[in-house]
Amino acid sequence: MAESVAVPADEEREPAGFAFEDRPRLLEGFRAYGLIMAMWVRSTMAYRASFAMTLFGDLAVTAFDFVTILLMFTHVDALGGYSLPEIALLYGLSATAFGVCDLLLGSMDRVGGRVRDGTLDTLLVRPVPVLAQVAADRFALRRLGRITQGLLVLGYAVACLDIAWTPLKVLMLPMTVIGGAAIFGAVFVAGAAFQFVAQDASEVQNSFTYGGTTLLQYPPTVFAKDLVRGVTFVVPLAFASWLPALYVLGREYPVDLPRWVAFLSPLVAAGCCGLAGLAWRAGLRSYRSTGS
Amino acid sequence: MRLYAVVAAGGFRRYATYRTATAAGVFTNTVFGFIMAYTYIALWNERPQLGGYDTSQALTYVWLGQALLMASALMGGGFEKELVERIRTGDVAVDLYRPADLQLWWLAADLGRAAFHLLGRGVVPMFLGALAFDLAFPGSLWTWPAFLLSVFLGVVVSFAIRYLVAMSAFWLLDGAGATQMAMLAGLFFSGMLLPLNLFPGLLGEVARALPWSSLLQVPADVFLGKHIGWGLAGVYVFQAGWALVLLGAGRLLQTAATRRVVVQGG
Amino acid sequence: MDRKNPWGRGNRGDHSDQGPTGSDGTTRESTDMADDGFISLDGVEKVFEVRRRAGLLRRERHEVRAVDGISFRVARGEMVGYIGPNGAGKSTTIKMLTGILTPSGGRLRVAGIDPSRERTRLAHRIGVVFGQRTTLWWDLPLRDSYRLMHRMYRIPDRRYRENLDRCVELLDLGQLLEVPVRQLSLGQRMRGDIAAALLHDPEVLYLDEPTIGLDVVSKAKVRQFLKELNAERRTTVLLTTHDLTDIEQLCGRVMVIDHGRLMYDGSLTGLHEVGESERMLVVDLESELPPIRLESPDGGDQPALRAVKVEGPRQWLAFPAAASAAPLVARIAADYPLVDLSVREPDIEAVIARMYASTP
Repeated sequence: MAESVAVPADEEREPAGFAFEDRPRLLEGFRAYGLIMAMWVRSTMAYRASFAMTLFGDLAVTAFDFVTILLMFTHVDALGGYSLPEIALLYGLSATAFGVCDLLLGSMDRVGGRVRDGTLDTLLVRPVPVLAQVAADRFALRRLGRITQGLLVLGYAVACLDIAWTPLKVLMLPMTVIGGAAIFGAVFVAGAAFQFVAQDASEVQNSFTYGGTTLLQYPPTVFAKDLVRGVTFVVPLAFASWLPALYVLGREYPVDLPRWVAFLSPLVAAGCCGLAGLAWRAGLRSYRSTGS
Repeated sequence: MRLYAVVAAGGFRRYATYRTATAAGVFTNTVFGFIMAYTYIALWNERPQLGGYDTSQALTYVWLGQALLMASALMGGGFEKELVERIRTGDVAVDLYRPADLQLWWLAADLGRAAFHLLGRGVVPMFLGALAFDLAFPGSLWTWPAFLLSVFLGVVVSFAIRYLVAMSAFWLLDGAGATQMAMLAGLFFSGMLLPLNLFPGLLGEVARALPWSSLLQVPADVFLGKHIGWGLAGVYVFQAGWALVLLGAGRLLQTAATRRVVVQGG
Repeated sequence: MDRKNPWGRGNRGDHSDQGPTGSDGTTRESTDMADDGFISLDGVEKVFEVRRRAGLLRRERHEVRAVDGISFRVARGEMVGYIGPNGAGKSTTIKMLTGILTPSGGRLRVAGIDPSRERTRLAHRIGVVFGQRTTLWWDLPLRDSYRLMHRMYRIPDRRYRENLDRCVELLDLGQLLEVPVRQLSLGQRMRGDIAAALLHDPEVLYLDEPTIGLDVVSKAKVRQFLKELNAERRTTVLLTTHDLTDIEQLCGRVMVIDHGRLMYDGSLTGLHEVGESERMLVVDLESELPPIRLESPDGGDQPALRAVKVEGPRQWLAFPAAASAAPLVARIAADYPLVDLSVREPDIEAVIARMYASTP
C-alpha cells in the first residue's frame, strides 16, 4: 500500500498561460537573487539618510578590529614577527573577502529561524531555488561598510609595504579576495545547512565566519601549529588570506607547504562551494522529509 | 519584592530553555577565546608585564571577557530589543499602568538573564580555557565573592545603559541607531577588545572613567587581585555610583516618556 | 483494503473501488488524464519520526503517521473543502500537494506533475495562501512584492497588469498598495496574499485557513472573490478551514480528515446527515416561558426540536442540521410571542467529534 511508484512525467498537460521552460537551475538562481536584491536595494534607497547612518555604523563596528591592532602596536613594533603594514595586508585581504561574502550571503544565518517559524514553506512554493531566496533576503547594502574598511586597510598596507611587485603578486590580490569570499561563502552555506538540523545553532556558523576572519587578521606565527593546520587542511580558510598574503610578502608559512600552493585558492574555493552545495541539498532534503 | 524575585526567576528560565543556542554560544565563546588568547600571548611575548599583567593574567583576562560577554551584555542584547518593540507598537502604555515599576521589572528580568548567562555561557568556556592555558585563578577564597559582587554591579550598570538606550525609542523613530552606538561603545570601552590599561594617554584615562569599564575591566581586575582593601571599596563605589547615576537618568526619561504617552492618549 | 472509511461512499463512492492498489501503475495513467484526476492521491502517506526526551540523555523514537493512506481525486474546476480537527493532517496534505514535503508512500499527482520531484515546475501552475503566515515580503509595500512576483514567475506584462488590476478592484486593494505588509490588518493582508497567489494565473489554488481571524466584511469579500474566480477561470480550489460557512458558501464537496485518514468525502448536507449534526435556533420571547415544544410534523416520536437551554425569555432550541429552519420558525411564531431569533450553524469540531464517536 505504501509503495511509491516512480512514474516518468509523461502526463504532461499543456502548462498554464506563460510556458515554463526548463532553464538551468544555477542561472535561475542567480536571476532570482538579482531580482530580490534589486528590490531590497530600491527599498533601502528610499531612506537615504537612514542608509548613510547604518553604512557608517557598519564601517565603524568593523574598524574597531583594526583599531585594536593599532592599539597593540602602540606598545610593540612587531607581533609574531610581523610589522604593522604586513599585518595590515593580512587584515585587508581577509576583511575584504569576508566583507564581500557578508554582503552577498549575510542573511544565511536566518535559516534556522525560518524553519522554526514556518516561513521557509513560503519560499518552497515559489518557482526559484530556495538557496537564492534565502541568500538574497534582506540584502543590506550597508554591509558595504565592511568592504570599504577592508579595502582602506588593504590600500594602507600596499602603500606602506616595500614589495617587489611582480605580475603574479599583483594578480594574487584580487584572486585572494574572490577566492576568499567564495570560501567564506561555502562556510556560510554549510552553516545554514546545519541549521536545518539544529535550528538554534546559527552561532556555530558565526564562530567559523566571524571567528575565521578574526583569526586570519593576525599572522599564522601567532597561533598553535595545530590550529594553523586545521584552518589549512580541514576548513581551508587559510586560502582566504594567509597563504596568498605570505606569498606576496615572501615569507615562510608555518606549515610545510610548497609556495605554489598559494595559487590553488580558486580550486580550493570551488571545492568548498561544491561541498557546501551538497550539504545544502542534504539539509533541504531532510527538511522536506521531516517538515521541521 | 517577591514579585521581582518571580520576574527574575522567569528571566532565568526563559533563557535556560534554549539549550542548543546555549551550546552553540559556548562553542563560539570558546573559539573566540582561543583566537584572542594566542594574540595576547604574542603581545605579551614582546612586552612582558604589559599593563601590569603577566602572561597568565592576560590570558585570564581573555577568558573572563568571554565568560562575561553575555552575562554583562557587553555588546548589548537581552531585554532592550523587546522593550523598544513594545514602545514602537505602543504596548508599553499597558506596562506603564501596571502596579509594578517598569524599570525595576525589566531590571529583575535582566538580572535573571544575567545569572543564567553567567552559569550557562560563562562557566564552560572558562573551564575549557583553564584546561588549555595556564590561567591565574585567585589565591584567596575571598576574591570569589568580591568578584561576584563586582560582576553584579557591572550587570546593573550594563542594564542601566541599555535601559537608557531603550527609552530613547520614545523620541527616536527607531532604536536601531542608538542600539548600534551602544553596542559599539560597549565593545570598545568595556575592555573586551583590549584591556583598558593598554589604552594610551588621555584615551586610556577617559576609557577607565567611563561607565563601561564597570562591565569587564573592573570585575576582571578584582578577579586578578588588583584591587584589595580600600582599593576594592573604591571600585565598588565607582561601579555603584555609575549604576545610581544611570538608573536615575533612566528614571527621569521614563517619567518624561510616561507624560508623553499620557498626553498622546496612549 | 478499504480503510476504515464508513462515509466514503457518499455521492463520490464511485472512487472507492479504484483504491490505492495496482502497483503496476498502468491503469492509473488513464484516470489521471481523465478530467476528474486533475489532483489525484493514491494511498498517500506521511510518516514523521519524532524523538522525545526520555530521561536525561536517552531519547525515544516513535513514528507519527500524520497522513495515513489517503486517496481522492479532484476534477479541474472543482472547489473542495478539506476539513478536520487540528493535527488531523490537513496541512501535511497541503504541504505534500505543493511539493514542500515529500510523501513517505503512495502516489500523488497535481496537473500530471509529481510535486515533490518537480517542485519548481509545479510552482508556476499553483497558487498557495497560508492563512497564518504571509508569502509577501513583510517590510516592503505590497506593490514591491507584486512587482517581484511579476518577474519571478515571468508573467507577461499585459497579463500581469490585467490580473493585478482585477485583483485590486475585486479585493479592494487600491489604498493598500504602497503600505508595508507589516502595517496591514489581518484581513487586508489576507486579501493581499490571495492577490499575490493569483498573479501568475495558477490552475490550482490552495488556501490554508483563508478566513481565520478575519472580520465579517473581509470574510464576505474573500468568499465572493473566490466564487467569481472559480466561476470565471475554472480555477481548481482546495481550501482548509474551521469555518463551516466557508464550505457552505463555496464548496460543493467536502472532505473530512481525522487522524490522517479520510473520514468523509461528499456534500455538506451529507456530512450533516452522517454527523447527526444539529443547528441551533436562538429565540427571544416576550416573557419568560417554559421550554418550547414542537411535535414532529409527521407525527413520529421524535420532537421537531428540543430545548437545550433556557435563560429568562431567551431559549436555545436544537434541530437536525439537515432540516429546514423556515417551517419551524413559522410554527414557533404562530404559537409563541416571538420577539427576535437567530440560527447558529453547527460547529465543525462538534460534527467531526460526533462522527468519530459513532465509528465502531
